[in-house]
Amino acid sequence: MGYFLQQLINGLTLGMVYGLIAIGYTMVYGIIGMINFAHGEIFMIGAFVSIITFLLLGILGVTWIPLALLIVLIVTMVLTSAYGWTLERVAYRPLRGSTRLAPLITAIGMSIFFQNYVMLLQGARVRPMQPLITGGFHFFKHSNFVVTLSYLQIFIVVLTVVLMLVFTYLISHTALGRAQRACEQDLKMASLVGIDVNRTISMTFIIGSALASVAGLMFLLNYGVIDFYIGFVAGIKAFTAAVLGGIGSLPGAMLGGLAIGLIEAFWSGYFTVEYKDVAAFAILVLVLIFRPTGMLGKPDVEKV
Amino acid sequence: MALSTPGASNASSSRPFDTVAALKESAVVAAMVFVLAIGLLGFHIEDVTGGLELVTRFDAVAVAVVLGFCGRLALIALREGRPLPVVLTAGPIGLALIAVLLYVQISGDQGAVRWLPFGSVVMDWVVGIAVIGFALRALLGIWRSTDMRSAEERDAAMDRFGAQVQRVARVLGPFLLGFAVILPFLPGVDRRLLDIGTLVLTYVMLGWGLNIVVGLAGLLDLGYVAFYAVGAYSYALLATHFGLSFWVCLPFAGIMSAFAGILLGFPVLRLRGDYLAIVTLGFGEMIRIILLNWYQFTNGPDGISGIPRPSFFGLPFKHYAAEGVTTFHQFFGLPFAPIHRIMFLYYVILVMALITNLVTLRIRKLPIGRGWEALREDEIACRSLGINPRNTKLTAFAMGAMFGGFGGAFFATRLGFISPESFTFIESAVILAIVVLGGMGSQIGVVFGAVLLIGLPEMFRELSQYRMLAFGAAMVTIMVWRPRGLLAHREPTLRLGEPPPPATAKGAE
Repeated sequence: MGYFLQQLINGLTLGMVYGLIAIGYTMVYGIIGMINFAHGEIFMIGAFVSIITFLLLGILGVTWIPLALLIVLIVTMVLTSAYGWTLERVAYRPLRGSTRLAPLITAIGMSIFFQNYVMLLQGARVRPMQPLITGGFHFFKHSNFVVTLSYLQIFIVVLTVVLMLVFTYLISHTALGRAQRACEQDLKMASLVGIDVNRTISMTFIIGSALASVAGLMFLLNYGVIDFYIGFVAGIKAFTAAVLGGIGSLPGAMLGGLAIGLIEAFWSGYFTVEYKDVAAFAILVLVLIFRPTGMLGKPDVEKV
Repeated sequence: MALSTPGASNASSSRPFDTVAALKESAVVAAMVFVLAIGLLGFHIEDVTGGLELVTRFDAVAVAVVLGFCGRLALIALREGRPLPVVLTAGPIGLALIAVLLYVQISGDQGAVRWLPFGSVVMDWVVGIAVIGFALRALLGIWRSTDMRSAEERDAAMDRFGAQVQRVARVLGPFLLGFAVILPFLPGVDRRLLDIGTLVLTYVMLGWGLNIVVGLAGLLDLGYVAFYAVGAYSYALLATHFGLSFWVCLPFAGIMSAFAGILLGFPVLRLRGDYLAIVTLGFGEMIRIILLNWYQFTNGPDGISGIPRPSFFGLPFKHYAAEGVTTFHQFFGLPFAPIHRIMFLYYVILVMALITNLVTLRIRKLPIGRGWEALREDEIACRSLGINPRNTKLTAFAMGAMFGGFGGAFFATRLGFISPESFTFIESAVILAIVVLGGMGSQIGVVFGAVLLIGLPEMFRELSQYRMLAFGAAMVTIMVWRPRGLLAHREPTLRLGEPPPPATAKGAE
């Protein structure tokens, strides 16, 4: 029971991180119908910007942890979303309305570019960081398995929930959100009624990148080690999450993220750690075969 | 390189140049470069005992910002039809930079390095060449006003160029083939060049194999490396466990890979486009993870070593043969030279690649090949015409996978050692990039793509650090410049009546 609960907590925390990345995939797919393959690298850049900002704050003498976290959060969101914006501007916008394959190739190209860019600038070695938030609550202290709910996990969950609330408000109640929903339905029609489509798509990439950068920060805090290669696997899993939840659906992305996180935690807990990625991919294949629209997706009608 | 929106390039040079707007736009770009650079370029994480430390590199940030500003300004000037100032500024700066670099290179006088704007010589070269490129582009703009042409016109011009290349390819093909055949005997061709040639040919073959799946059948496969891996491991395991020779195992490797193709293809047939891409990617990763973790069978991350080398009709390429075996050089009465095996491997892959090409070209004319192309164009129409999409797709998958398996077996025998490290996603991406950059469905395009993406970076191995960075950047640049591939022009295999005039044949859907 205690072991089960522990895996549940771990899985939910992990799922939140995947969910935040998955939102970026699902938003972009919803609006311009392409897989932003380089989104995983944006997450990785977010993690690197976070660790640099933490070190910088350490030098500047900001030691009060809540303030440091807030500053890091803002800095990484701003700097990383600049990368997301550039990505769209350089690699995707010139190819809009082109063949379906072209943006996929540029996306892979940008992904390779970003990985090597970070590797060249920050080195290929794994970067460890001291745990920043330590301690937590302990349950079942008298049984043989103590369940831990760390403050870090609480921080991740609370931050995700807050971000999701802000994000939901943004989508449902602001002019930008309205424009995004209009673009999702019909790009051409939206431009005819006076929506600045380019700006809306740019904002989509900025928001998606900002959320991914927060996921990068959480990954850094949770695991304490990052390298230039973390974006690939995390990106694939987050995409799996987006598909699982129903691509194009925002609550679906979060739900899919949680599902992937839980599957991974339980698989590692009860089966083998080595094959946890295989489990995630197998789920993706199964979902696509039996329910291609995902959990919350709308059925995709093929037009002739 | 028109990164700006098309249509803007249509500006006439009689319009007054808006200096304020140009400066403002450049300043915005410079600010953006600053935001991008300050985090990752401005600070470097250093390992020190007991933790990490930050090293600042603000000079590099400043240089990047200045470059962004000047580059944007030059682009605007070109766009507005003002090439002369660009030539006058970029030309001397670029020439000076290159001159200093050449001086450093030739004289080895490291003291001159302080005249360069960057700490790294490679970066200086890149910037120097880029600046010269700008100047040449501007010079071209003065010479004949290419900037007057709109994006569509340029696209159409490149399309005509692609068609011409393909027409020439029919004549050029035999020459290229002849060149490939005599390459090992040309003067100045050493072991290194032959190795590069072998590598390029391996990728040409893989590209042609993947072209069946992606180019002809239109199924986007991001996990092609899985079949490559299956072929390599099939050969390696059969050879090391049962002592079978390369030539016996080669068909087995192909069959195993074809089976893997059918096995992986079967569940994903209903998926379309991007979904298929991601699922095949997942399969590729799954195969790699299994190879990595199934110690008893695959020896895990240690890989399989001591894979036997191929023999020439039973004659091994060894200096001293085992008892009762004649070696290659003994049989032909030649002095022993290690280059013999390299040359032999080169010819093996050349023949294998040519067989792939021949099979593809012939099969395109069979009903099944026509079925692939029809399926790529319109699946629903195919179904209503009685083409079985399942079988058609599966054969495409199996054929593509089989050639991947042959390539994998060759890879294993060439290196004599394989490990899961060699079969990462990046391989799939590279092979796909070769197919797409060359122009999908074009056989000669694959050759160009392979030479461009494999041959060129291999030549510059000294810059290994920057190789993949340049590779990614090149993929993006070429794709933005030519979204349908370098030689994208595609003649219909069959046509009713007279061909329409080429001007009306517009590509973008």
